[in-house]
Amino acid sequence: MPTVKFIEFNGTEHTVDANNGESIMVAATSNLVPGIDADCGGECSCATCHVLIDAEWRAKLEPTTDTEESMLDLNPDRTEDSRLSCQIIVSDALDGIVVNLPEFQY
Amino acid sequence: MSEAVQLDKDPYAIPLEEFDVSDARLFMEDSHWGYFERLRKEDPVHYCKDSLFGPYWSITRFNDIMEIEKNHEVFSSEGGITLADRPADFQTVNFISLDPPRHDVQRKAVTGVVAPMNLAKLEPIIRERAEKILDSLPIGEEFNWVDLVSIELTTQMLATLFDFPFEDRRKLTFWSDMATGGELNGGPIPETERRAALLECLEVFTGLWNERVHRDPSEAIDLITMMAHNPNTQDMDPMEYLGNLILLIVGGNDTTRNSISGGVYFLNQFPEEFAKVKNDHSLIPTMVPEIIRYQTPLAYMRRRATQDYEIRGKTIKAGDKVAMWYVSANRDDEVIENPDQFIIDRKTPRHHMSFGFGIHRCMGNRLAEMQLRIIWEEILKRFDHIEVTGEPERVQSSFVKGYTELNTILHAK
Repeated sequence: MPTVKFIEFNGTEHTVDANNGESIMVAATSNLVPGIDADCGGECSCATCHVLIDAEWRAKLEPTTDTEESMLDLNPDRTEDSRLSCQIIVSDALDGIVVNLPEFQY
Repeated sequence: MSEAVQLDKDPYAIPLEEFDVSDARLFMEDSHWGYFERLRKEDPVHYCKDSLFGPYWSITRFNDIMEIEKNHEVFSSEGGITLADRPADFQTVNFISLDPPRHDVQRKAVTGVVAPMNLAKLEPIIRERAEKILDSLPIGEEFNWVDLVSIELTTQMLATLFDFPFEDRRKLTFWSDMATGGELNGGPIPETERRAALLECLEVFTGLWNERVHRDPSEAIDLITMMAHNPNTQDMDPMEYLGNLILLIVGGNDTTRNSISGGVYFLNQFPEEFAKVKNDHSLIPTMVPEIIRYQTPLAYMRRRATQDYEIRGKTIKAGDKVAMWYVSANRDDEVIENPDQFIIDRKTPRHHMSFGFGIHRCMGNRLAEMQLRIIWEEILKRFDHIEVTGEPERVQSSFVKGYTELNTILHAK
């Protein structure tokens, strides 16, 4: 079972077991990791599951779709590390992925 | 059904093809619920061939609305977000009624004012004002909560966001009511009166703009200075400036106002829920989104199809108007458990439709939640309970779902 390491803005770390095929957002919310709101429930339509993923791990992800792009773009705090965690699907290739949480969700 | 709203009639006794849920009277009388319940069950994608606003489609289920919200290429916001078409000679424009890319750049020009960093700065100001308002209320005497609390708090907030002359702040309330209450939208205000009020609004704000262009944008955080200095908004023509002002005034005022009043009303209707939060103030953060769901301060948003689109076996034709009924989605038991119950400790309370979804999702949703959180924290600190003394008076509108009067008596701790 792959693991995901979430790091809160204040530095607190949470390493959780995640199921292949579920999203990083679901891995966070089902393990009560704070800092991800996911108001829309994984529809890529609220941008409140914003996370930051560094270049090394980002290279292993599927590229952003137009929908994710347009939602990310609403966030003035967007950086090149920004992704929506509901759009990242857990797989063995992502075992150990490090996911940084922003200070706030919009 | 324009003639035959038949308010006193059972919605199950009226043929579906006669349904016109855009009739403002249904909302003023609070008798729309049964109509939407029947639409969700029997005809969730419903075509009304004739109304005050011409023909339109009604989408009433949560997941169908989500599908349309996400597809902003097929379902355009150009031309406006209410069912009424804007008169050709008075075309206000704003970012919520634009599609990308213009929508994106204009929205970004003002998003900063409700960015989390800014909200943290606003929190102590809102709290201080809420404290003052609550401390000035009479105890044991009947008064209109809408006027003395809901309007006052949200209007003070809005004046702060615009850095609008504080003593004139009720003008903002007046313009907000004028903007949404026009006869073209099914409201009580004659069109000439509405236009005169909005032109006055433009004149006052043009004066403020001319003053703000000289402010240092790195120090000022008010919306007008932001717009006057952002390359994407600094060259707006007057009707575009007016359109965006109305959007920010209505968005920052009406919706939170009605959710503040709604909360008082719901906690009276569901005394066991009030008892919960009274005993445990840590429930306020989950109660707030539940109030916003249960109120649904904007009943719908409109889109227009840019091409034919199939949904639930029906074809929405290119050019057709589509109303996404948030008020119905928020009572859809396919997505929300026990939707007719007001429950302040739901597990996923923010999974509601009141803010919309997709690129037009409410920009000020965190500010709204913060205002509601603060007011309830301060109310519960001070008072034993708020007694609602009669049924509220409701706004004559199928768009703004709100109250003009909610009479209450405050009881001391």
